[in-house]
Amino acid sequence: MSDDLSKPFSQSALSHEEILKINRERRIQITAFAFMIFLTLLAFLAVGMEMVEPGFTIPFILLLAVVQFVLQLFYFMHLKDKDHQWPNAFMMTGIVVATPAVIALVLLLGVTKY
Amino acid sequence: MATETAANNNKSVLWDWLTTVDHKKLAVLYLIAGALFFIKAGAMAIFMRIQLMSAENTFLSGQTFNEFITMHGTIMLFLAVTPLIFAFMNFAVPLQIGARDVAFPFVNALGFWIFFFGGLLVSLSWFFGGAPDAGWTAYVPLSSGEYADLGLDFYVLGLQISGLGTLISAINFIVTIINMRAPGMTMMRMPLFCWTGLVTSILIVFAFTPLAAGLALLMLDRIFGGQFFMPDAGGNPVLWQHIFWIFGHPEVYILVLPAFGIISEVVPAFSRKRLFGYTAMVFATLIIAFLSFMVWVHHMFTVGIGPITNSVFAIATMAIGVPTGIKIFNWLFTMWGGKITFNTAMLCASSFVPTFVLGGVTGVMLAMVPVDYLYHDTYFVVAHFHYIVVGGIALGLLAGTYYWYPKMFGHKLNEKLGQLMFWLFYIGFHLTFFIQHILGLIGMPRRVFTYLEGQGMETMNLVSSIGAFMMGAGVVVLLINIVYSAFTSERITVRDPWDARTLEWSTTTPVPEYNFAQTPQVRSLDPWFYEKVHGEGLMKPAEPMDDIHMPNGSILPLTIGLGLFVWGFGMIMLEMANPIITPWIVIGTGVIITFGSMLLHSIHEDHGYHIPLDKIKKIEKEVG
Repeated sequence: MSDDLSKPFSQSALSHEEILKINRERRIQITAFAFMIFLTLLAFLAVGMEMVEPGFTIPFILLLAVVQFVLQLFYFMHLKDKDHQWPNAFMMTGIVVATPAVIALVLLLGVTKY
Repeated sequence: MATETAANNNKSVLWDWLTTVDHKKLAVLYLIAGALFFIKAGAMAIFMRIQLMSAENTFLSGQTFNEFITMHGTIMLFLAVTPLIFAFMNFAVPLQIGARDVAFPFVNALGFWIFFFGGLLVSLSWFFGGAPDAGWTAYVPLSSGEYADLGLDFYVLGLQISGLGTLISAINFIVTIINMRAPGMTMMRMPLFCWTGLVTSILIVFAFTPLAAGLALLMLDRIFGGQFFMPDAGGNPVLWQHIFWIFGHPEVYILVLPAFGIISEVVPAFSRKRLFGYTAMVFATLIIAFLSFMVWVHHMFTVGIGPITNSVFAIATMAIGVPTGIKIFNWLFTMWGGKITFNTAMLCASSFVPTFVLGGVTGVMLAMVPVDYLYHDTYFVVAHFHYIVVGGIALGLLAGTYYWYPKMFGHKLNEKLGQLMFWLFYIGFHLTFFIQHILGLIGMPRRVFTYLEGQGMETMNLVSSIGAFMMGAGVVVLLINIVYSAFTSERITVRDPWDARTLEWSTTTPVPEYNFAQTPQVRSLDPWFYEKVHGEGLMKPAEPMDDIHMPNGSILPLTIGLGLFVWGFGMIMLEMANPIITPWIVIGTGVIITFGSMLLHSIHEDHGYHIPLDKIKKIEKEVG
């Protein structure tokens, strides 16, 4: 039984549907990746071009960052997938626990300077 | 041991234990390592109480006393209680969910060895110019390069390494509990010890990462000239306090939740009733876990953060009293009307409840900001948290020891010696710590190595020390009991010596290497009790008898741990005045051992082995 694992496989154990699904998944990943590169480019442009007001740039790149974060979670971290409840639950827990802590830290350390 | 019968080769006993990946043997290793560290830190406590027995005592110098308070706290939290809860989690969780082992047996062994070598590194500090002396909280600037010597480097790197081991063990348990449950064992049918084990593991993942980050920053400050906590260079020492307590408060719950779990197993078993309010218990556990991340500033009320922040965190802290109260009442209602057997395990478990309430009440008192300015840094705080960690965690662990001992080692602990231990420990505990509330209220500051005559503190400190000696005697009686019972107790051959309720008691004693010859089919909460009452007295199998696939042992977890140890020691040598050899050689050796072992594990194909069917049948006939 276990000895067979060392031998090379002659053919894939995946069914035709599964291979199609993997290909579709790969396409989605590449599209999402390209879109995120585009968002990053936008952010760099907004900072690099001097004609854009700083008052506009800062909220704009923050917005881009939030969009990227959500995209990363949903596409790269598979938050969108079905049968993925446990990892999703853990990721959500992490966000719920970490966000107030980080916000509180920023506020507290901003007030208390030694 | 159980596993000897199933071992398929004739390895030497020592080699077998060093290379084991079996969760039951790792539980024993955790138990031994944790007990050794526990005795060490307990001895330090006794020394400190001797020093404080009379006014202006000169038994210990101030420096030694500081080293003892630091090491006592650090060892008890990171190197004694943490491995002891992992010992019981390792032993009980796979058995309670009906699994053959944890999800990643190799990682389980790795977690143990990394923890062990990290603990060894911290302990090594005694031989290199003294232990860390900045308190277990290691507040900067006290722990900065300016004020603290080499000992703090051992603290930083030792805890970094042992924390890594704890972290990977926790991840292993999360995966195990989510993926390895037997058919029919839904989440809401899991024994409460598994639930608290799961929640503890989640807390470890979220809390030990900030600690690792904080320790890394402190290491950069101390060894590589960083400035994160140096106010002169634009750093902020309060940042360390925040990071430490973001970790430190969940850490307390990491330790106490498994104790809650043990109590929730022992109380129903010896009350002959199912746990009252199982669902409420589960959700109370989850709420406590969530709130534990929202209250860290209550350790820092006197830092001067401001009244609004303090009030918010005070209210959040008091809110924790609600789910904890739910748990207390559920334990009381479980015992209410039950047919209670007061053996040692049940004595520990039932006395846990009022003791823990006392610790909780003083906790809510400390949460009130205005009076916290009075309590802060006095013995009142010391009394409060010892009521939680000794009255809560230690009693829980003792209950677990007496409860699971027959399953782990094949014989019960002596009941007479057990009850003697309990009363010595329990009376000694209250004698030591109850009076410290009053000492704190009349103004004795914590972490001082002596006090003056005529301040009204001599008698109370003497009483406290006498209590500490009684607790010490209790632990000695426990050790005598372990040796005595090993020789005199009768061997247990039945599956279920306590007539208990959960799945681990459906396995044969001693537990064979593969735990369950056939994975059991779970039909209810408290599945073993259900089968005894409604079924045929044995678990229904969920699969036919077949060969069982088991993982091979490996020495690599030990060598990875050893490599990290050498690596960490090399980093500390960078700070030594005249190291014997160049530190970079030692660092390089450590790196090579660590990553070489990892590489070896990656390229070496190891698919484990199979226990053939006829051998399983033979073992089952022997032990069943």
